Amino acid sequence: MAAEGLQVTGLVAGWGDTVIVEDVSFDVPAGGRLAVLGRNGVGKTTLFSALTGIARRRSGSIILGETDLTRTRTFERALSGLGLVPQTRDIFRSLTVEENLLAGLKRRPRSALAEAYQLFPRLAERRSNQGEHLSGGEQQMLSIARAILGEPTCLLLDEPLEGLAPVICDQLMTALDALALSGRMTIVLIEQQIRRAIDFADWIIILERGRIVWSGEADELNASPETIERTLGVAAMH
Amino acid sequence: MSAVTARPSPLRGDFIKLAAVALAGLAALVLFPNDLGLMTRIASSAFLVVSLDLVTGYAGIATLGQAALFGLGAYAAANANLAGLGEPILMVAVGGLAGAVAGLIFGAVVLRSRGLAQLVLTIALVQLVHEAANKLSDITGGSDGLSGIDVAPILGAFRFDLYGRTGFVFALVLLLATLAVLSVIVRSPFGLKLRAIGRDPGRVRTLGAAVMPALLVTFTLSGAVAGMGGAIEAISTGVVGLDSVSFERSAMALVMLVLGGSGSLYGAVAGTAVFMGLESIISAANPFHWLIIVGVLLIVVVLFVPRGLTSLAGDVRRLLAIFGLRRDKR
Repeated sequence: MAAEGLQVTGLVAGWGDTVIVEDVSFDVPAGGRLAVLGRNGVGKTTLFSALTGIARRRSGSIILGETDLTRTRTFERALSGLGLVPQTRDIFRSLTVEENLLAGLKRRPRSALAEAYQLFPRLAERRSNQGEHLSGGEQQMLSIARAILGEPTCLLLDEPLEGLAPVICDQLMTALDALALSGRMTIVLIEQQIRRAIDFADWIIILERGRIVWSGEADELNASPETIERTLGVAAMH
Repeated sequence: MSAVTARPSPLRGDFIKLAAVALAGLAALVLFPNDLGLMTRIASSAFLVVSLDLVTGYAGIATLGQAALFGLGAYAAANANLAGLGEPILMVAVGGLAGAVAGLIFGAVVLRSRGLAQLVLTIALVQLVHEAANKLSDITGGSDGLSGIDVAPILGAFRFDLYGRTGFVFALVLLLATLAVLSVIVRSPFGLKLRAIGRDPGRVRTLGAAVMPALLVTFTLSGAVAGMGGAIEAISTGVVGLDSVSFERSAMALVMLVLGGSGSLYGAVAGTAVFMGLESIISAANPFHWLIIVGVLLIVVVLFVPRGLTSLAGDVRRLLAIFGLRRDKR
């Protein structure tokens, strides 16, 4: 499967009657890397929930490659190629590592599990262990591996580095780099570790109160500390 | 570093458990020749509790109406018999089919809701079925029950005897066959999906699987298993009463499942055997206060063994591994 571009236009979404994401538009070309930045509570996770059909969309459109996902259901979006690694990881804690991975296979053969074990050899060592017995880093590896086994053409990663030791963060970012370089998927990343996000991404959007307040190339943001300070706060710079 | 624990090979484990059920059944046949009626009731009730386990333990949907499916299977098999169908295997097939259809309808209604409202819906459904069975006395015999069931020898060769030997072996063989089939199903990709749905249906959707069709299939399968159990009870007792579609029976099935351990087919069977065995022994020893004793026992189990009696085996294995008496596999 080759990467597909993600085109979001005028997206307004939220939970129940509450609007969280307001008029968000962006366009990531196939194989591109976009980072979504912003302080806590500005609607980053809700944006992903809207993209995957979990949050309620009020208006706007979502197009993945040639497929219009706007009115499709969550599982149909996943089948169309939109993968999600949620902030809460959401592994199945009472299932083994291998069973968790099998759950992400869709209709692929069992032999495809080798891809996950190649990307994260630690998971191969822990394949018989239940999810609840994994460390935070291993759980994150499992969550990412499970998502990529479904061969997404666009992968949404919600704060994959949250709460992890720096050495584990390095390992995960290396794996994400490898995935991006493979040309198999477009990657959209939400991350609070601003430095790592800027280093990883080609493009950045910054959200504030559900709206995009800045968008541009990562290098451009990197060269503008005042923009980072104004939109994200100095304390957010790692 | 987190603890390292592992599961033994699933298929080998299933085979051992199936063999244990077979051995326990054969032991009961030899050791309790005068209690084969009770043993047959345990086997037929195990179908009900296993069917409940599929919906509750695996798919994560709490229901207090499972006896409706069991009872409808019993009434269907009994009516088929009264209409001239004597072959017990065909009667069980009729019961299973009726249970499957009822399960599909039941699921289509129940799955429209979630949480507490869903639980209330299951209670409403079993009460509706109970009341309908009470009113439709032409089909169900009303409060008197449906009697006059006359069963032919199994495959024309094995006649049902007064001591209940044939009835018990018939129920045991069907239970073993059903457990074997269900073991394969719960280990299949479908079964894995079902377990994942039971833990987090939202996550399963984002992984690209449709949840509702899988749950409907589960309700249908569960109905078939419950209906088979109902048919076996109708065959072995020769009568179908209103209690077979009662809320109380549904609630008792849930108690047996919790006692044995939900999310495990063999936990469901163990819970049924332990509960009904104790019920029989304690009620004989103390006919006036036996429910209090059973109640206290259940409280103890729920408080101290919350994952059910079958989880004790895993705890023993872990203890043995800690003391180096058993190799812990990776």
